[in-house]
Amino acid sequence: MDIWQAVLITVVTAATPLLIAALGELVVERAGVLNLGLEGMMAVGASCGFAAATLSGSSLVGVLAAIAAGAALSALFALLVLGLATNQVASGLALTIMGLGLSGLIGAGFVGSGREAIPPIRIPGLSDLPAVGRLVFGEDPFVYLSLALAGGILWFLSRSRAGLTLRSVGENHTSAHALGLPVIQVRLLAILFGGACAGLAGAYLSLVYTPFWSPGMTAGRGWIALALVVFASWKPLRVLFGAYLFGGATVLQLHAQAASLGFPSQVMSAFPYVATIVALVLMSLGRRKAAIAPGSLGTSFVPDR
Amino acid sequence: MRLELVPRGDVSPWARALAPVAAVVAAILIGGLVVALMGRSPLAAFQVYFVDTLSEDWGLQEMAVKATPLLIIAVGLSFCFRASLWNIGAEGQFIIGALVGGILPLYTAGTEAGAWVIPAAMVLGALGGLAYAMIPALLRVAFGVSEILTSLMLVYVADLTLDYLVRGPWKDPKGFNFPQTVNFDATLPYLAEGGRLHAGVLVGPALALLAWFVISRTLFGFGVRVAGEAPKAARFAGFSANRMVIAAFAISGAAAGLAGIVEVLGQIGQLKPGISSGYGFTAITVAFLGRLHPLGMIFGALVVALTVIGGESAQIALKLPLDLTRAFQGVLLMCVLAADALVSYRVRLVTVARA
Repeated sequence: MDIWQAVLITVVTAATPLLIAALGELVVERAGVLNLGLEGMMAVGASCGFAAATLSGSSLVGVLAAIAAGAALSALFALLVLGLATNQVASGLALTIMGLGLSGLIGAGFVGSGREAIPPIRIPGLSDLPAVGRLVFGEDPFVYLSLALAGGILWFLSRSRAGLTLRSVGENHTSAHALGLPVIQVRLLAILFGGACAGLAGAYLSLVYTPFWSPGMTAGRGWIALALVVFASWKPLRVLFGAYLFGGATVLQLHAQAASLGFPSQVMSAFPYVATIVALVLMSLGRRKAAIAPGSLGTSFVPDR
Repeated sequence: MRLELVPRGDVSPWARALAPVAAVVAAILIGGLVVALMGRSPLAAFQVYFVDTLSEDWGLQEMAVKATPLLIIAVGLSFCFRASLWNIGAEGQFIIGALVGGILPLYTAGTEAGAWVIPAAMVLGALGGLAYAMIPALLRVAFGVSEILTSLMLVYVADLTLDYLVRGPWKDPKGFNFPQTVNFDATLPYLAEGGRLHAGVLVGPALALLAWFVISRTLFGFGVRVAGEAPKAARFAGFSANRMVIAAFAISGAAAGLAGIVEVLGQIGQLKPGISSGYGFTAITVAFLGRLHPLGMIFGALVVALTVIGGESAQIALKLPLDLTRAFQGVLLMCVLAADALVSYRVRLVTVARA
C-alpha cells in the first residue's frame, strides 16, 4: 500500500467523528436550537460505548449504547430548553460540564483496558485494488455510514416535506406555530437526533479511532464540530467538505509533529484550535452577516396559546 | 401529552432569591441518588461533602480560599451574561492572567525586589486576561464571528502556552525536570498566622461590592442590563452594541486574569500545568447560581467551593472519583436554570390535544 493512500485513510478517520457530530448538530440548529452540549454528549458516548462494548464483548452493543446515551442526554437538554424554555447557551454548557464529569464516572473502571478496533470492511477484489482500493472500498463501516448520513440529511432538508417543516420551524418559530406546525415536537426530534449522532461520534473515538478510553479523549472535538456547522453555513455538503479539510489539517499537524520541524510540540497541538478560529473569520469575510444562520437560532419558543 | 408554560406574571423577589436555594437542594438529592446507584451510602457522602468541611475551622478557611477565584471570575462573567454575551473562555483568560502576571515574580525570584512586585503582578495579570479576552471580542465586533466558539478555542491555546512555558523556557533548572517554574518569593501574605487565608480572599467580596455599585447605580450598569433584556431599546437609547461587547469582555477578561494571578500568588506560589483545575468553567455555574447578582454570587461561590473541597475529601475518605463533583456541578447548573424557569412560569401537563 503506497504512502499517500495510508495518509488519506488517516485523514478520513480523523474527519469521520467530526462529520457525524457536526451533521447531527446541523439538523438541531436548522430547527432553531443551539446545543452547546455536543462535547459532553460525545464524551459520554465514548465512555458508554467503550464500557458496553467491553462488558458485552460486542462492538455493535457498544455503538448502540453510545447512541442511546447521547440521545438520553439530549432528552435532558430538550426538557430544559423546550419544556422549561431555559436559556439554550447556559443549558448546553451545563450539559457539557455534566457530560464530561459523567463520562469520567462511567469510564473510570475501564482506564487501561484496550480492545480490538472495529475492523475495516473488506470486499474481495475491490479492496485490493492498487492506489485506491483501501481508501474507497476498505474503510470502517462508520465512514460509509457518515457519508450516507450527509447525503440523507441533504435530501431530507432540501427535498422532503418534513425537512421543509423543520427548516421553517428554525427560520421563524412564531410563523411556523401560526401555520399550525408542531414547533416543540419538531425541535424535540431534532435534538434527539443530534444527541444520537453525538453519541455515535463519541463511540467512533473510543471504538475505532483509538480503541481504548481515556479521560478527556474528546479533546474539544465537540466544540470543533460546533464550529464546523457555522463554517459550513449550515449546509450538509459544506459540513462534509469542512470535516475532511479539518481532518486533513489534523493529520498534517500529527505528521509535522512526528517530523519535528523545530517547532515546540505545543505549537502543533494548538494548530487545530487556531485553525478553527481562522476558518470562522475567513468564512465571515465572505458573507453578509446573519443572512445565513437560521432565523430563530438560539431563541426560546413559548407559544402564547 | 405535552408541557405548557403559563407565565406567572408578577413574581415576588423572594421567590426569585430562593430559587437557587431550591436548586441546590434538588441537585444534592440527585447527587445522592447517583451515589446510591454507585453502591455507596448517600448519607456518608453528604457528611463528607457538606458537613465535615463546614464544621471545622480549616474547612471554612479552605472554602474561602477556593471560593476566591470562582467569585472573581463569576463577577466579571456576570457583566457578559447580563448583556447576553457569552464569554465561555474565562478558563483561558485565567491562565493567561497567571502567565502575564507571573512574569514579574518569576524574574524577581531570588533578588532583593521589594513588595511592589505583588501589586504590579496583579495589575499585569488583569491586563493579560483583558488582552486575551479582546481576541474574541474584536473578532465579533469586526467580523461577526461567534464569541462562544472563539473564546472556547482560545482556552486550549492558553493551556498549551502554559504547558510550553513551564516545560521550556520557564522551567526551574533545579526542579528535577518537573514541569514547573521556581517558587516565587513574592506571594500574598496570610491574614492570620498559621492559617490558610491569604490576602487575596479579600479581592472577591471587594469586587462583588464594586460590581453591585456599577450595575445598579451607574449609567454603564444600566446599559449592560438594557443590552441583555431589551436589545432594541438599548439601540434606540443610543447604547452602542459594539462598545458593549468590548466593555463586557474587557471586564470579564480582566477579572479572570486577576483571579489567575491571585490564585498563583496566594495559593500555588509558582506556575505549573493545572493551575486552574477548571475554575473558568466552574465559575459559569457560580454566576448563574448567584442569579448574576454580585451579592448572590458570593453565596454561589461559597456553595460551589464547598462541593470542590467536599469532592477532594470524598476522594480520599470514600474513594469517590473527582468526576462526581464535576458532574454534580453540571447538574447544579441545570437545576438552577430549571428553578429559575419554574419561578417565572407555571408548568401544566396537557394530556388531551386541544382542538
